[in-house]
Amino acid sequence: MSDILIEARGLKKRYGANMAVDGIDLTVKRGEIFGLLGPNGAGKTTTILMLIGLTEADGGTISVCGADPMRDPLAVKSRVAYLPDMVGFYDNLSARDNLRYTGRLAGIANAELDARIERAMARVRLAEVIDSKVATYSRGMRQRLGLAEILMKGAEVAILDEPTNGLDPQSTFELLEMIRTLRDDGMAIMLSSHILDRVQAICDRVALFSKGRIAIEGTVRELAAQVLGGGHVLQVDSDFDPQALAALFSGLDGVSSVTEEAPGRLRVLSLHDMRNAVAQAMVKAGATILRLAEVEPSLDEIYRRYFEGLHGKA
Amino acid sequence: MARRSGSPFKGSGIVFAKEFSDHLRSPRMLVLEWLILLTGIGAVFMAIQGLRTTTASDPFLFLRLFTDAREGMPSFLAVLAFLIPLMAIGLGFDSINGEFNRRTMSRVLAQPIYRDALLLGKFGGALATLAVGLLTLWLLIIGLGLFRLGVPPSGEEVGRGLVFLSIAVAYGAVWLSVAMLCSVVCRSPATAALAALGVWLLLSLIWPLIARFIADIVYPPTELALLLGIPNPQQIEFQQLLARFSPSTLFGEAVVGMLQPATRTFGVVFANQVQGAVAGAPLSFSQSLQLVWPQFTGLLASAILVFAASYMSFQRQEVRA
Repeated sequence: MSDILIEARGLKKRYGANMAVDGIDLTVKRGEIFGLLGPNGAGKTTTILMLIGLTEADGGTISVCGADPMRDPLAVKSRVAYLPDMVGFYDNLSARDNLRYTGRLAGIANAELDARIERAMARVRLAEVIDSKVATYSRGMRQRLGLAEILMKGAEVAILDEPTNGLDPQSTFELLEMIRTLRDDGMAIMLSSHILDRVQAICDRVALFSKGRIAIEGTVRELAAQVLGGGHVLQVDSDFDPQALAALFSGLDGVSSVTEEAPGRLRVLSLHDMRNAVAQAMVKAGATILRLAEVEPSLDEIYRRYFEGLHGKA
Repeated sequence: MARRSGSPFKGSGIVFAKEFSDHLRSPRMLVLEWLILLTGIGAVFMAIQGLRTTTASDPFLFLRLFTDAREGMPSFLAVLAFLIPLMAIGLGFDSINGEFNRRTMSRVLAQPIYRDALLLGKFGGALATLAVGLLTLWLLIIGLGLFRLGVPPSGEEVGRGLVFLSIAVAYGAVWLSVAMLCSVVCRSPATAALAALGVWLLLSLIWPLIARFIADIVYPPTELALLLGIPNPQQIEFQQLLARFSPSTLFGEAVVGMLQPATRTFGVVFANQVQGAVAGAPLSFSQSLQLVWPQFTGLLASAILVFAASYMSFQRQEVRA
């Protein structure tokens, strides 16, 4: 069986005169977390809805778990779990009854259903409140209940729309950790978000959406190389004259830019790892190295720079 | 467009079961039930008072429980004609938009079922609730009648009563599908409820007046009619035709035809048509059934028509909230 679980080619969707999605190609493999990033209204949710057959595409081909969601939506929906943006549950029912309802709709046999629900609820650490009404749940608990539904369904693909929307930092962290464990189980996961730094931590590959198209796609490092002009970021703390230091670094081979991030802190962007070269240059110049650290290129920065560049051109 | 695979009804049973149990447990249902129970039983009680003092030997004594009215109190039928729509609208006005507002719609539709199943299950669940409510009420009234009148209903009376019950459920189905159509079209439950109530008021109270008005314009009174001081037959027939577009008219006619066995026709009758008929003699059960059959199927047809409209509009709706 193929490892590619989601494949879309030339996907299009029109709302009136407006192209919400305008020719998107993407693939997601088993055991991979794929992030859809972009501003609101860039076409992320529309793309997701087309992938699971909740909206008809106006053009292009889709294959999810080997089935076409337009021709065979039931086959797709039974193998894909979906956690919508700001997921809702029936407040007057307990978490168990909520999951029972969707579990039955998903065609899980009654004999197996309760065991699956309990296992899933234990995994998202909601086992103690399984019989409480969902009305008593916090936002974070609801999102976790949404994950429990995905676990219960035993799907091969999980599609999560803005899973961290409206969560506090602690809940966000917990939720993302749980999503990571789903990937380790061999699920293909696609998630959309506009909260970037958190998402960066768990995504294997990301696609940046802009006006219904995928602007750039790849690992975070690849994007950084493309957008920022370098995949490696160094932070250098020194009490040496920043101007002189900046001039020094700029002369090094492979450095694409040097900026003063904060007083006494320089940020060096380069195409490859420059730690040694930078340290040697500083020692030679007699500058004290207070701190020298390589940091992950931030998705936030890539994102901001990309869209700044776009608007700058426009 | 490519044909879709799989049955459109897969999952409708599960939706039905959930909706049914939700409705039966909901406080809204409790309020509606009590409302109907109290007014219904009140009306029947008054009818019983009247029956005990006036009627000596009516072969259809039991049926008069439903139709007799006393001064100051409407008959049970009038109460039902008023309350069934209210109950049906109460059950249906937030069925679809409620799912959107709770943000459960996309989660439910992401399960391997078609939208058909959701709509059908919801309609079935609400209709079953309505039917259970009406059946309970019906049994209660029969019981009350047995207890207070002391005569058991005849087989024919039970048969007529059952047909009456089915007509009442069909009438409920019409208003339920109207309420569901409103809940598909209007995103806000309050707007949907208002729209459904508006349609109900229009069709039940205002439409008969409009029908008379239009009939008056289309068939102005002839000289003969003016001379005799009665409206001409075409005018009455046309007015009746128009009035029957309202489910309330259909319900009223069907129920009267069933519960008052002496009813022979709803339209204009010329003296030569009733020549030889024994005035006030009841029709047989099958004859009465034939009489009300068009009204009954009319109710069913309008329920199906409105349901189909909500189905089409729901299929075209975007899922994103």
